[in-house]
Amino acid sequence: MPDTRNAIDVRNAVKRYGSFTALQSITLSIRDNEFFTLLGPSGCGKTTLLRMIAGFEDVTEGEIFLFGEEIENLPPHQRPVNTVFQNYALFPHMTVEENVMFGLEMRGSSREAARQTAGKMLELVQLAQFSARKPSQLSGGQQQRVALARALAPQPKVLLLDEPLSALDLKLRQAMRSELKSIQRETGITFTFVTHDQEEALTMSDRIAVMSAGRLQQLGEARDIYERPVNRFVADFIGETNLLDARLEAVDASVATCRLANGLTLECDAIGSARSGADVHISIRPERMTLTAVNDDPWQGTVKENIFVGTDVQTIVQLQGDIALTVRTQNSAAGVATIFDPGTEVAITVEAGAARMLED
Amino acid sequence: MAGAAATGGSARSETYASARNWLLLPSWAVLGIFVLAPVAMMLVYSFLTKEFRGGVIWEFTLSAYDQFFFDRGLFGDEPAKIEWTYILIFWRSIWQAGLATLLALLIGFPTAYFIATRPAQTRTVWVFLITIPYWVNLLIRTVSMKFLLRDQGPLNDFLLATGLIDDPIRIINTNAAVQIGLFYSYLPFMVLPIYASVERYNFALSEAAADLYANKWTTLRRIVIPSVRPGIIAGCILVFVPSLGAFLAPDLLGGAKNFMIGSLIEEQFKGNAGNWPFGAAASMILLTLVLVILMFLARQQARADREATS
Repeated sequence: MPDTRNAIDVRNAVKRYGSFTALQSITLSIRDNEFFTLLGPSGCGKTTLLRMIAGFEDVTEGEIFLFGEEIENLPPHQRPVNTVFQNYALFPHMTVEENVMFGLEMRGSSREAARQTAGKMLELVQLAQFSARKPSQLSGGQQQRVALARALAPQPKVLLLDEPLSALDLKLRQAMRSELKSIQRETGITFTFVTHDQEEALTMSDRIAVMSAGRLQQLGEARDIYERPVNRFVADFIGETNLLDARLEAVDASVATCRLANGLTLECDAIGSARSGADVHISIRPERMTLTAVNDDPWQGTVKENIFVGTDVQTIVQLQGDIALTVRTQNSAAGVATIFDPGTEVAITVEAGAARMLED
Repeated sequence: MAGAAATGGSARSETYASARNWLLLPSWAVLGIFVLAPVAMMLVYSFLTKEFRGGVIWEFTLSAYDQFFFDRGLFGDEPAKIEWTYILIFWRSIWQAGLATLLALLIGFPTAYFIATRPAQTRTVWVFLITIPYWVNLLIRTVSMKFLLRDQGPLNDFLLATGLIDDPIRIINTNAAVQIGLFYSYLPFMVLPIYASVERYNFALSEAAADLYANKWTTLRRIVIPSVRPGIIAGCILVFVPSLGAFLAPDLLGGAKNFMIGSLIEEQFKGNAGNWPFGAAASMILLTLVLVILMFLARQQARADREATS
């Protein structure tokens, strides 16, 4: 029996289109009241999973539960979840108010009650003064808010958001992020958010499910996924990282010693079942390394290039054995002091605990 | 400099204006020769006196209109009485055309919706299939329909063979036969414009409606139909107007008792028995009727559009 306290329980959900498998046995739980994000590149199956929860796609195998109630065989109009669509899908022949009232009326509210709730919802998204307009007379950001108000008005048990910010420009997108987050807190409704933008996912989510190629790669809190990725895909997809091939030399209690192809060694937390001699991968975030003037440390290289990116500077350092590392230095007085001209020999310090061993 | 530029600009726009007028000339010529001139001729002829072996005498009279609406004449010695014969023919034409439009809509809308929701490659095939009958002349198709529907025709043979009926049903020479003929002739004119609208329809709207607890029927009524209404109106006009003036289907399938306006007008210009001014007057009345209906629909559409944007 699924846990009735969970907003959504997906059990071994499989989606096949003919011979193509879009989702391979996904199992995950979305807790009540949380901001949950499905994150992954396009084609990873995140939208398919969302549409299966909404009822627009059949579930080939497996079950979906909503607060303990099995819903995967219900048609969409009988599922108490609402969706904010990627391109809003506002009804063009209705006013903003009528759009927001639609779901309420369909659930049996009287016209008057629906109008009152719609008014409150439009206030929540700060569009009360636009209630008599048609969607075509609103900007993209305003249409986005109407779509949000329309989906929230019938008080769904779970709100599904399908890349709702992707059509907005950067500034508006950033503003909407914090607004979405605060509306989620205010209404207490469980949000399930689909995005391919890792920054969006990291800034808004309580928990993130990283997906790739129809599989769930990792599920956890933002910091957890960033600091402790379980495989190369997650390490690379979330933020930036240096991925290096290595061999596991020795495992001593919880410390694993790995040797890179050029002979340098690194210590990381031992994870998984890898034995000495196994081929592994190392992920080091660029901001977890610093450059210093050359010393007798074996971690040395030549600065190839400095790339100015505003908040910080990316330095590409060439090590012996054809290994290149990207090091990020903050664009501050202290940071700028550790930036060296191209061609300079430098020493690299890897922070303790910064190297993450990955088996896959 | 600024002044010179302004003068140059206005001189250029004048050149453009005159060029534009010259380039529009072919369109005006086509409209003039094929639309305005025939209608003007019809209008003039409707006020002329009839010549007995066809043709007209150039003498102004209102007798054609008088004959259409009144018994014994409006200008005679006795009190005028309304003549119902022609008004009844008009009335029959209007409801026959209206019914044909309604039937075409009831069958055409689901057909168009079905085609528009097929995968892109098969859609073309369906549209192609819809247009195939149009490769054969309407006269030939209507005559074929006559053979299909007659008492010893394939339809009755089939129904007798299945045992559904014991005696052939009489279809030919009834209003029902005219109805079948009109419906069959103009159905594609209903399907194609609705198909074009449904194809442009954003099906995410149907998903949004289902997501907001609307069942299929409510979604169709409140979201799909309002969105494709321009196509529905275009289809209705394209079926209603030609059905109203049709004469092949009523003549060939309806027989003498089920006369429609088209046949009435056609009779007036045929052989020696005709009455050109009366035919012209009936045409003008038909034209006025159609224009009034179209203007009404156009105004409805304009109001809906205004509501959609204001």
